[in-house]
Amino acid sequence: MFEGYWASVAIFAGINCLMGVSLYIPLSAGLISLGQGGFMAIGAYLSAVLTKAGVPFAAALAAGGLAGAAAGFLVGLPALRIRGIFVMILTLGFGAIVRVFFSNYEPTGGASGLGGIPPLTELWQVAAANLLAVIAVYRIRRVRLGRALIAVDQDDTAAEAMGINLTRTKLLAFSLGAMIAGVAGGFYAHQALFIDAEQFDFSRSALAFLYVILGGAANPFGPFFGAIAVTLLPEVLRFVQEWRMTVFGLLLVALAIWRPSGLLPGLQLWRR
Amino acid sequence: MTPILVIEHISRRFGGYLALEDVCCEIVPGSVHALIGPNGAGKTTLLNIISGTLRPDSGRLLFAGMPYAGRRADQILAMGIARNFQQTRLFGGLSIIENVMIGAHSRMYERPFASALEFFGLGHSEQSARTEALKTIQFVGLSAKLAARPDQLTLSDQRRLEVARALASKPRLLLLDEPAAGMNPTELAELSKLIERIKSSGVTLLLVEHHMRLIMAVSDRITVLSAGKVIADGPPASIQRDPQVIAAYLGQSDEPALHPQH
Repeated sequence: MFEGYWASVAIFAGINCLMGVSLYIPLSAGLISLGQGGFMAIGAYLSAVLTKAGVPFAAALAAGGLAGAAAGFLVGLPALRIRGIFVMILTLGFGAIVRVFFSNYEPTGGASGLGGIPPLTELWQVAAANLLAVIAVYRIRRVRLGRALIAVDQDDTAAEAMGINLTRTKLLAFSLGAMIAGVAGGFYAHQALFIDAEQFDFSRSALAFLYVILGGAANPFGPFFGAIAVTLLPEVLRFVQEWRMTVFGLLLVALAIWRPSGLLPGLQLWRR
Repeated sequence: MTPILVIEHISRRFGGYLALEDVCCEIVPGSVHALIGPNGAGKTTLLNIISGTLRPDSGRLLFAGMPYAGRRADQILAMGIARNFQQTRLFGGLSIIENVMIGAHSRMYERPFASALEFFGLGHSEQSARTEALKTIQFVGLSAKLAARPDQLTLSDQRRLEVARALASKPRLLLLDEPAAGMNPTELAELSKLIERIKSSGVTLLLVEHHMRLIMAVSDRITVLSAGKVIADGPPASIQRDPQVIAAYLGQSDEPALHPQH
């Protein structure tokens, strides 16, 4: 029983790591999304409906990821014309729309949620997905796309003058992040076994943001570190019982004061 | 011979201010063409229009005979026109080599399969781009500074790095906006040699510069802009004697350019 409990905590930590990475990739091109919970919901609902209809889990996960990517593409299109805080407002609105949609859409249970999802998520699968994500955030810095993301983030006028297609690069980053959130949603649905729209509210998106900021936005391993810390701390803090979330909140405030750039130091990965 | 660049009746307005008025100019392939004029004459605006950073209000641009006005800056770079920036705009989050590799971005692999190979370190495009970038860095004379971060370089070296980044795109026309600004005499002599090297590698140069000694030494032809209009166009010797040009410069209170700045 105990083992099962910690396995479950580890799975949720791994899913949260994926959510952190889903935000980190567009963030590295300067696109701040507060709507990752929306992409996660799309992946969760679609994959749950598919496995309930007998589709293999792997195919359902892939479909959830693709649906997330497609939604990311559509949200990304208007996001290209705006900057900074307006991208945050736009994605915030998207997250709210998705939540309202699923709480009213009767074929997926509406407000009463979608239950009876087969328990297909296993720890090794989430671990494998995270291994891919680690390779992704580490290797992306070393290839054409990763360099372009950094250039676009730092100076988009110069980046465009040096031959980078801003539209394509930003859309790719946004869709890639949304795809990862969609896959994370698929894992989530088959671990939680019951999903409703309220599980994908604003706090889901805000938490993904928190993982990255807490872990250190300038470090590719920041999202993993932040997600694990945020997932495990409330569990570890169970000994303070009803003060658990209060202590957790105080720790976050302390962190914001003493380590405003996150727990992990910036890693520039200079290469000659 | 078809001019590599034809600027036809280009005008551009900023609100009520007419920055460029009916500017026409032709650039001969293989030449060093200088664009001079007092501050505020519209030189950088014209450069921004040629490179696609700004759109003209009217007029045509032809690159090797092909009209291209209205294209995006990244398409214009891929077509063969590269530039630097008057205020250097290097990518501080990237190393020196990576800055130069950005210049090669539009020539590098792009298809999903090739990207996946490189992503898992199985391809060779990244490695060959790196080797090529090293050669370009050597060409501009920055090999000794490779370990530094871009922001640790002197201004003169930052300008050189921007030139390397632009050259990495293998342009046919290179636009240089005040490459000599803030340089000491030694650096100027090196810049002059670098311009000659770029020219002899077959790249045409359009040079916006205030430094008259450098301009007279390297240019084949000079176009003079004043208050958004072309007031003279010709070989250096005739420009130097042109009364309108002399008036345009001497009429300026801060007397910037006929004397070297150092």
